[in-house]
Amino acid sequence: MRVTERYINGVVLTGLLVLPIWALAMDEPFTITLATRAVVLALAAVGLNLALGLGGMVSLGHAAFFGLGGYTMGILAYHAQTYSTLNLGLFSTDGTTSMPLIWLSAMVISALVAFFIGMLSLRTTGVYFIMITLAFGQMFFYFAISWAQYGGEDGLSIYVRNGFPGLNTLVPIQFFGICFTLLCIVLFLFARLQASPFGLALNATRQTRSRVQAVGLNPTRIRLLAFVLSGAITGLAGALFADLNRFVSPTMFSWQLSGELIVLIVIGGVGRLMGPVIGACVFVALEHFLGALTDYWHVYLGVVLLCIVLFGRGGLIGLLTGKEGAHV
Amino acid sequence: MSFLTVENLQAAYGPSQALFGVDLRVAEGEVTALLGRNGMGKTTTVKAICQMIRSSGTITLDGKNLQGLPSHKVARSGVGLVPEGRRCFMDLTVHENLIAAARPGEWDLRRVASLFPRLDERGNQRAASLSGGEQQMLAIGRALMTNPRLLVLDEATEGLAPIIRQEIWAAMRQLKQNTSVAILLIDKSLKELATVSDTATILARGRTVWSGAMSDLTSEVSEKHIGV
Repeated sequence: MRVTERYINGVVLTGLLVLPIWALAMDEPFTITLATRAVVLALAAVGLNLALGLGGMVSLGHAAFFGLGGYTMGILAYHAQTYSTLNLGLFSTDGTTSMPLIWLSAMVISALVAFFIGMLSLRTTGVYFIMITLAFGQMFFYFAISWAQYGGEDGLSIYVRNGFPGLNTLVPIQFFGICFTLLCIVLFLFARLQASPFGLALNATRQTRSRVQAVGLNPTRIRLLAFVLSGAITGLAGALFADLNRFVSPTMFSWQLSGELIVLIVIGGVGRLMGPVIGACVFVALEHFLGALTDYWHVYLGVVLLCIVLFGRGGLIGLLTGKEGAHV
Repeated sequence: MSFLTVENLQAAYGPSQALFGVDLRVAEGEVTALLGRNGMGKTTTVKAICQMIRSSGTITLDGKNLQGLPSHKVARSGVGLVPEGRRCFMDLTVHENLIAAARPGEWDLRRVASLFPRLDERGNQRAASLSGGEQQMLAIGRALMTNPRLLVLDEATEGLAPIIRQEIWAAMRQLKQNTSVAILLIDKSLKELATVSDTATILARGRTVWSGAMSDLTSEVSEKHIGV
């Protein structure tokens, strides 16, 4: 029996909401933390899905934005908690522990960096684009390792979770609520954007650039805007991830993380609204359950990925709906 | 007065020169046929007008120089291209193809649907699942959604069933009667072109060898340059 994608989307989102509520009732705070981790990774992958799924931009450097979001949170919170001044040349700040301010900063910084990276990398396509984005990601990775002021290779611990007006973010279910709400907002915006003339044009640039130009659209500008939006969303996810762990480290910039984000999308379904969410849930579940059995759980993840690529190129959603492509 | 003016157009693919001096004029609201045997430079002329290949010479649209503009700006200047081989956005539905190209103006989904009712019936169908004729209608509809002032159709009826060809030609006649869009047509069917075109230009070996009113095109001239 085939089910519709809309039905799957509803079930997954409801399941993701019900699980932590059940965990709260069962007094299982760790399960809530796991669900929060899945939600934050899903958010990062939704960001990448905008560039990869809709625009066909296979970025192997999206961890740069994830890390930038994380370090934005880490640095602002570190200065606020140590009452030290962050001197940025033109202006200085005492940092902040306000989540909304941190999110805004993370998104703006990630978007600006994405604009710069996009300006240079979007001149290329295919393997060259992959290599340029990878190179930028690695530049940030090695910069973070050498940045002794903020922990260098050891990373930076934040001892108190940042605050959100009216909520106690140290309570796992409340922090989950924040992350889940942000995910829902971003998914809603993704769906609207996907169906908008801009989203359709972005999809068209994925198929062929010359045909897009023939109808008066500038494919480079469309791809750049998508890349910037994608970077900003992934940066937001990075800030939440850092808050979840109360720790940032150079691994947030690693190319392995960029690869994992791609894996999440491929598992769920490239270009599909809920593909990254399903991918993140599967990833976190495998990480938790198989990780408890063996340190080499990535081997099994590889098998899952191989099966999906070989037998269900539309990801798990494609397998369930019987529709291979996101746009079929 | 000439709306599209092409003078001494020269273009090459690497070391191989394809155009040696094409002159072409399309007046406002007029239909011009671009004729010639295979390989004489018709599609290359269209590509040069749309700035899809580098060229030298003069190309102006309503007095505006198109030379050196990126091709998306040429389209924005008012040139709507229906390329050879249809080339729709295959992963998008019919409506999505049209919406993606839409620019403000008199042409919208409703008007395209009235020109090609088949497209409206298949609105939610992927372009890849359409027949060749329907894809061609979609390519024309997509070009119209950009609200062009000059519509360029490169082999719009090539490889289509006779009944579909008739539908496309009927649409061309409708466009001519009901709109002020200038049209540049490339097609192999001289008989059909003669019924819809006001003027014609013939290319041979990358040069303009004849141009004038369609009614002045004699069988001797067409026999000599087109072989028909």
